[in-house]
Amino acid sequence: MTPIISVRDLVVEYDGREVLNGLNLEIEHGETMVLLGGSGCGKSTLLRHIIGLEKPKSGSVFVKGVDIVRCSKSELKKIRRSIGVAFQSAALFNSLNIEDNVALPLREHTRLAPSIIELVVWMKLAAVGLADRGKLLPSELSGGMKKRAAVARAIALGPEILVLDEPSAGLDPIVAAELDELILLLKHTFHMTVIVVTHELPSAFLIADRIAMLYQGSFSSIGTKDQLKASQNPHVRQFLDRVPEDIVRTPVTEHFAKYLNASEGYQ
Amino acid sequence: MANILENVGERTIEHLDYVGSLNIQWWATVRAMAQALPFVGNRYRWKAAVRQMLEIGVDAIPMVSLMAVCTGFIFAMQGASELRRFGALRYVVDLVAVGFTRELGPLMTAIAVSGRSGSAFAAEIGTMKVTEELDSLRVMALEPLEFVLAPKYLATLISVPCLSVISNLCGILAGGLFMFFSIHLTPALYLRYVFEAIALRDVVMGMVKSVVFGTIIAQVGCLEGFRVHGGPDSVGRSTTSAVVKSTFLVIIADAIFTTLFYLTAKP
Repeated sequence: MTPIISVRDLVVEYDGREVLNGLNLEIEHGETMVLLGGSGCGKSTLLRHIIGLEKPKSGSVFVKGVDIVRCSKSELKKIRRSIGVAFQSAALFNSLNIEDNVALPLREHTRLAPSIIELVVWMKLAAVGLADRGKLLPSELSGGMKKRAAVARAIALGPEILVLDEPSAGLDPIVAAELDELILLLKHTFHMTVIVVTHELPSAFLIADRIAMLYQGSFSSIGTKDQLKASQNPHVRQFLDRVPEDIVRTPVTEHFAKYLNASEGYQ
Repeated sequence: MANILENVGERTIEHLDYVGSLNIQWWATVRAMAQALPFVGNRYRWKAAVRQMLEIGVDAIPMVSLMAVCTGFIFAMQGASELRRFGALRYVVDLVAVGFTRELGPLMTAIAVSGRSGSAFAAEIGTMKVTEELDSLRVMALEPLEFVLAPKYLATLISVPCLSVISNLCGILAGGLFMFFSIHLTPALYLRYVFEAIALRDVVMGMVKSVVFGTIIAQVGCLEGFRVHGGPDSVGRSTTSAVVKSTFLVIIADAIFTTLFYLTAKP
């Protein structure tokens, strides 16, 4: 079976600095793929290329068999209608209330009657537990609610692929766990392919079918949760065992270390 | 010397690049504007355009009217102080009527709209860019140019000429009041002189200028918003830049139009 998303030899450069070094990744229909990695490793950059927001230096990204790097604008638009995206910042339209935010893609891409749109919006909001908050503005919602509203907007058109960028970032553990449950529920209810970018290990291990771990623009490991846990790759082990990087030695840090040592000696 | 030439060349290329971007954006907006028209376009875009018309046009009426009344008085008084030395006080009517219809009405309106709405466009779009709202439009298969710019441009094209007409009327009214209180010229006679002074060509010239000024304000304001990079400080800079650049370009365009009309006028 052809994968729904296929990333081939993807190279991305920003100002001459290589951010992604020839990545290859295949995501199957209906699977939940978690892109895991530390800050600045290129997870969000990869995600922005998968949804066609940026053009790479070289390589291809195939979504449903279409190379979105080289396809026409109209083809890209067609592909994008089958992808729902919830950004890290939620990116809700601040001038619209939650109902209007969720209704926007329905109003723009369908010819449904307003009463039907209202019903669909209510169903989507109910699916994320916000049925009674539709009239509120994004500024009146908590961080967790905003993310759930963003998910409701992302699933408004019933996409085949749901993309979530750092869904649990900045949330307390309880709200983060609620979002994980929501992702699992949506996946089972709507049979979507889900791509989640995160650096939260408990969340990744709960929701993932497969995990792709990024380190400095390359994959250190791609596999199931158990394969990742058993991996002996030093970068994977460092991330899973939470081993800090060596602090760079500079005259300032050296001086600070000497001062600390001297203080300990005095005590 | 080489450095000076290098700098001049670099700045020239930058300015040409800016004007080129403005033209490309303008053409793309014109092509997208059909979607914002009533009956044939998308009803939600037309609603957005009407909302913009209220903000750009209706809300600016008090400010534009007051500016025109004050300028009308000033213009009439300054003209009268010189013309009465030659016993030509009656020509104050021609000065105010022709001056406002051809020049002051459209120019002052453009400066007021640039300060009010050009800056608001840049701030709104810049904030949308910073908060990933523009990206979220793109991934919903909606072009920001069609969705955000087209309704604003349509609204500006309708509002600015309307405001110019109001400004002309207020300026001429102020001139009439001055003439009534200074030489007891009756309103009926004043109006007769006004209609004798103004030719259809003057009105058309003023309207053409208004449309061009409106185009400059909307396109510069939106381009500055789209060019925002980074955080909120960049939004602030783009707002200032939108007002400065659009006012500057409006005055340049005014000079070009006035020269063209002057050269093509029959003696």
